Amino acid sequence: MASLNDYLLVSGLLFAIGLSGVVLRRNIIVVFMCLELMLSAANLTLVAFSRFHGSNGLPDYNGQMLVFFVITVAAAEVAVGLAIIVALYRARQTISTDDLTSMRG
Amino acid sequence: MPLYLFWFFAIVMLLGGVAVVALRNPVASALSMVASFVGLAGLFIGLNAFFVGIIQILVYAGAIMVLFIFIIMLLDLKTEEKRAPKLAPLLGGLGIVLAFTIQLIGILSKSPNVEDKPLDLTAASAHFVESSPGISAKLGAGHLPDVNLIGDVLFNGYNLPLQIVGVLLLVATVGVVVLSKRQTT
Repeated sequence: MASLNDYLLVSGLLFAIGLSGVVLRRNIIVVFMCLELMLSAANLTLVAFSRFHGSNGLPDYNGQMLVFFVITVAAAEVAVGLAIIVALYRARQTISTDDLTSMRG
Repeated sequence: MPLYLFWFFAIVMLLGGVAVVALRNPVASALSMVASFVGLAGLFIGLNAFFVGIIQILVYAGAIMVLFIFIIMLLDLKTEEKRAPKLAPLLGGLGIVLAFTIQLIGILSKSPNVEDKPLDLTAASAHFVESSPGISAKLGAGHLPDVNLIGDVLFNGYNLPLQIVGVLLLVATVGVVVLSKRQTT
């Protein structure tokens, strides 16, 4: 059986991979995907704590509620973010973070 | 979950994540993200969080991946041209990640290791006898009614946040329409 530390290690590694993608990649859509990876790593931590610190013989469902809300907020964030990317692309014809240095339209 | 299944799903998840960062073609990155999220859903199901695992596949591996691929295709992005990577961001990024990983391993090697306790469904059944007999009966029969329990907590304990999330999604929809309509030339 995997222990809590195994889950935390795997989730921390996934977070580090997402962080490296946000810092290293220049394509803004891939940066967005890496943000999703980091949110998912946080979700894995929440579910692992929910399972290992349960009460009354059940997992702690408050943690899974937070996962539910994180997924909802992430979905809204992706929708708005991709709309902003499309608007940026229309204005500048590029989505490379090297070329997008100013927010003025 | 048996240990070999845990490591199988964990490695699928981590390799998918590495492929998202490493592959140059954005479509390949989006498809690697699906592999990563399928591995993550496997880990969720191994943690007895069946509902969250299914939602992970439906929402992320289904809906959000389609959204990403659609936008990539709409903007007609080519593979990133081979610009020489700048050294300073590369070293900075890898340095941050390395420091983070070392901190993580340092903390985990000192923290006490909690082992997996099997779920005690009969004790849980007794706890729900008065508040919701349906859940109690299913627990007593030896099943884990994950969706019933989540619905119970969601609508009894988190009703106001649920309404607020509904408003948030509405505002996001309106925002997307406004952003897409405005012609910036």
